[in-house]
Amino acid sequence: MAFLAVVALALFVVIKLFLTDGPPTVAFGTTVAADTGATVNVVMQEDPQNDVSTHPDWVSYFIQSPTTHQWVHTTLFQVPAGSRIHMTIYGYDGCTPLRNNLWGEVMGTIGNVAYEDGKPFKALNSYSGCNVAHTFSIPGIGLNVPMGSPSLALIAKPGLCSSSPCTTDNPHEVMTFSFNSPKVPGEYFWQCRIPCGGGFIDGFGGPMQTIGFMTGNVVVVN
Amino acid sequence: MAASTAPEPTVGDSAGTGPNHGLRIFLLWLPLAVAADLLLWFVYGPHMPPGDMSTSAIGQQFDIKVMSVMAAPVMAFVLVYGVYALIVWRHREGDDEDGPPIHGHTRIQTTWIAMTSVIVLCLAAFGTYELAGTGMAGAGGGEGPSPIWKPNGSNYLQVQVIAQQWRFTFRYPQFGGFETTALVLPVNRPVQFNVTSIDVIHSFWAYQLGVKADANPGVNNVAYTTARQLGMFKVECAELCGLWHGAMYDFGRVVSASAFQAWAAATETQLAAYTKMLPPYATTYDPTTVAQLSKAMIAAGITGANGLYYPPNDPVQP
Repeated sequence: MAFLAVVALALFVVIKLFLTDGPPTVAFGTTVAADTGATVNVVMQEDPQNDVSTHPDWVSYFIQSPTTHQWVHTTLFQVPAGSRIHMTIYGYDGCTPLRNNLWGEVMGTIGNVAYEDGKPFKALNSYSGCNVAHTFSIPGIGLNVPMGSPSLALIAKPGLCSSSPCTTDNPHEVMTFSFNSPKVPGEYFWQCRIPCGGGFIDGFGGPMQTIGFMTGNVVVVN
Repeated sequence: MAASTAPEPTVGDSAGTGPNHGLRIFLLWLPLAVAADLLLWFVYGPHMPPGDMSTSAIGQQFDIKVMSVMAAPVMAFVLVYGVYALIVWRHREGDDEDGPPIHGHTRIQTTWIAMTSVIVLCLAAFGTYELAGTGMAGAGGGEGPSPIWKPNGSNYLQVQVIAQQWRFTFRYPQFGGFETTALVLPVNRPVQFNVTSIDVIHSFWAYQLGVKADANPGVNNVAYTTARQLGMFKVECAELCGLWHGAMYDFGRVVSASAFQAWAAATETQLAAYTKMLPPYATTYDPTTVAQLSKAMIAAGITGANGLYYPPNDPVQP
């Protein structure tokens, strides 16, 4: 009997800690009706580290709650179907060249364009300069946007972000772009294509394959 | 004592006057086997996987059809023999004696060995001819960087398949080397897939085309096929490659020769500016040997002069 109790307790702990607990999902546009094309604003930031997890040296995204405006350490967010999603991503991390420079091209945004500090661009060549930190890619809808990085000169100056979430006082780039959310509800995974998982084979382990850090889901709902 | 005086029974006729069980089983089995083979070949055969969208797929479908028509008579024999045994040789009340001992039969053994030898050798010769004979289009599997078989002529389309976590991209070296996420192929034209990876091990599987080739970093794995039908086909990764392996799939298109030419020319023009950002076409893309990438890494100060993403002691396993 005692043995069964121990097994049950162990199962509960495993299920509770590892199978059900995870990053929260931040809901955007909860008052917006689906399939209306209404604009929904999503604000995120990517940091070179994080102070809120058991992996403080892992690069990580944060999402700003639309209700509390607090930064939430998660990569899961919900948007209404058939809406115009306007993304603002603050980039605080330094550059790493792309393994496949194709992903320097902006794909799948409205107008196939994105903006870096307000300046429109259609591609960032990560081989020609230190200018790309990460990408925001949703393969299921063909979306890919390279995230610009602060220049090396800017990073060399004092004030580099060293504790998360970073603030706009730290050197950063502001990336903006818009895309249409799918009309079909579901979970669409997104990822970064920069090998920014330092300490792992080819830089593609650790935070690159852990939800809550550099990959997650866009939950599209009706 | 009775056993020592009893006459020696013969195979197939325990008493010398009973029914010929072998002949009975054969006559039951033969029509069943023939009917099963006809149904498999002519009715179900055209619908067998992976279909007939390409020469490779047709070849694989043919292989499965041949295996099926060979296996069906065997299964029919097992079925007939089992049912016959249950009905005819079942245990009866009061019959507790052992069956008659069976001794060797030289003629049956010789015939058996000779027939199976002839069948196996004929199949081996047939398979070799079909694989390497003129007019064939490869098996659809990766042949490595130095394929022993190539399609006739030089008018085949080269398509490089670049696998990466978690997406396939495709490069067309005969059209300026543009790279795209779309896989478009012309009908009735041999295609040479050059399959490689830029990170971990993947596998390029175009099921309906009958093509499945491992995508390994630093390796150019060559596979051939010729699409015979217009339409869509699925492309997916068949090698567990990380968190989103299950989502690493997409769809390709087979279009007419003229439509392909128009698409390729338009895409080459449309992507010309982006193509300049890519390294020169190569059969593999080892990050340590892509010159522009190494320079960018060194310029960014995030690696040593060896061009690796991280210093030699890093990457490490988690």
